[in-house]
Amino acid sequence: MAGVRVVVGGVAEGRVVVLDEPLSFWGGFSAEEGVVTDEHHPQAGVSLSGAVVVMTGARGSSSASSVLAESVRLGTAPAAILMQRPDEILVTGALVAAELYDRTVPIALLDDATFAQATEARAARLSADGLLTLM
Amino acid sequence: MTRVTVVLTEADRAKLAGEEGDAQALAMRIITGVAETMGAASLLSIEGAHIDSCLYHGRSGIDFARRLVDGDARVCVPTTLNVASLDLLHPDLYKGPADEAAAARELMSLYEAMGCAPTWTCAPYQLEARPHFGQHVAWAESNAIVFANSVLGARTHRYGDFIDICAAITGRAPAAGLHLDEHRRGQVLFRLVGLRDELLDHDVLAPVLGYLIGETTGDLVPVIEGLPPDTPEHRLKAIGSAAASSGAVGLFHVVGVTPEAPTLADALGERAPLRIVDIGPPELRRARDELTTVRAAGAPLGAVSLGTPHYSVTEFGRLVELLAGRSVHPGVACFVNTGRDVWHEVGLRGWAARLEAAGVQIVTDTCTYITPVMGEVHGFALTDSAKWAHYAPGNLGIEVAFGSVDDCVESAVAGHLVRRDDLWGS
Repeated sequence: MAGVRVVVGGVAEGRVVVLDEPLSFWGGFSAEEGVVTDEHHPQAGVSLSGAVVVMTGARGSSSASSVLAESVRLGTAPAAILMQRPDEILVTGALVAAELYDRTVPIALLDDATFAQATEARAARLSADGLLTLM
Repeated sequence: MTRVTVVLTEADRAKLAGEEGDAQALAMRIITGVAETMGAASLLSIEGAHIDSCLYHGRSGIDFARRLVDGDARVCVPTTLNVASLDLLHPDLYKGPADEAAAARELMSLYEAMGCAPTWTCAPYQLEARPHFGQHVAWAESNAIVFANSVLGARTHRYGDFIDICAAITGRAPAAGLHLDEHRRGQVLFRLVGLRDELLDHDVLAPVLGYLIGETTGDLVPVIEGLPPDTPEHRLKAIGSAAASSGAVGLFHVVGVTPEAPTLADALGERAPLRIVDIGPPELRRARDELTTVRAAGAPLGAVSLGTPHYSVTEFGRLVELLAGRSVHPGVACFVNTGRDVWHEVGLRGWAARLEAAGVQIVTDTCTYITPVMGEVHGFALTDSAKWAHYAPGNLGIEVAFGSVDDCVESAVAGHLVRRDDLWGS
């Protein structure tokens, strides 16, 4: 699909949760509970577990990769992350989770038009060949 | 959107193929995967690394480090370690579960086993050996990254956990992002207007300004115009750590102060800024107020926490001066976080003993907002750090107030919040 570049591959499907602001997974997301814990964030208290998370970008801490990998281990991770701007820290966490546990959080980069569509979707599916379906 | 191919050298390919062992191969898979994401054309050699992965976040951290150690991993460049979850010099401070402490210690030992120096500080730029101008390094820990790039003029991208140690093991990093000239130019210009001289020359401006800039810039490169040319390192550290908490800032320039910004034109790389933002007293007051979550008037002050990032010798000197022989009120728990190297120096100067006699608890190797050392806080906590104020409510589940270091000292002594508001203009 044009406008989609999968940077960490995998199959995923889930409800869409749109984050209105960038989120730091460390200090902003609980790996134990799978919810947003940053009190400054508009989606504070929202569960990301099993969701296709649509976010412009990430922010803040270097430890976000650890928190993402830990949430994969605990089974509380998002189903996938769709981003406008690449975030190397989250990508690292997803790559390491794949190495350690043979499962991960697929991450795809979207161009502006596709990103805008994703923010309107109720659910999304990412296939093994990198096809993104917005529902 | 086309897929990027990273051109590897023969040595890179040998590592990737496992010719130098399982750990090199694993590390190289992570490095090349991230390099692809970043659109890097190749990898480059680094001369040092700073590792954040030694802070315990759960079993996955140990699983990864164990996999590396079992694959005979050794770092091949000088490598320092960030804060961990334990204060090894003051172990009695830890009030968390024993099994978690054991897991945290296991993780720390695994990183030492790979040849990393047990520095246990988030401020490696306060160590004697620090990167110099133009040197490529792979640093993790957001405040250290932004300091290395902005204040030292060294070059590191915004690295996170896991890739930091992979870079240290392979000696390689993606030739992309903040390693390259084209991504180091200033993009958003912030002009300070209408600030009182006293505020411009006060420590409290830096964290608030940094916090506001981080919120506004996201991951672009900010340029600040209007700070005094003699702005000291501890204020640049406060700007950077705040901007890297509220935003993803990995590099900022201060015109006439930081090494890549002798002039505004240098800072902007001879281009026009994408945006110009004027910052005056109202914007700063708003950012300052965001850092305080406690709303109830008359709420009791339970704790004061200083030293996020780890206090420097200069900052300890200021604290001793402000305390002026007085003691902390018995109802307030007062903490200062620092690295063991600075703690040693502060001890030699006789300051550590004086501070401890005055009721100040020095915490080393870790930080009060990442591990249970503060105990139960009876009331809200006051801090001089925008980073601590940003993360502590979520991490510790407590209410916080932000103030200058002067406010923190006066409040700690008085036993209730004493905050000077007139600095911020009307």
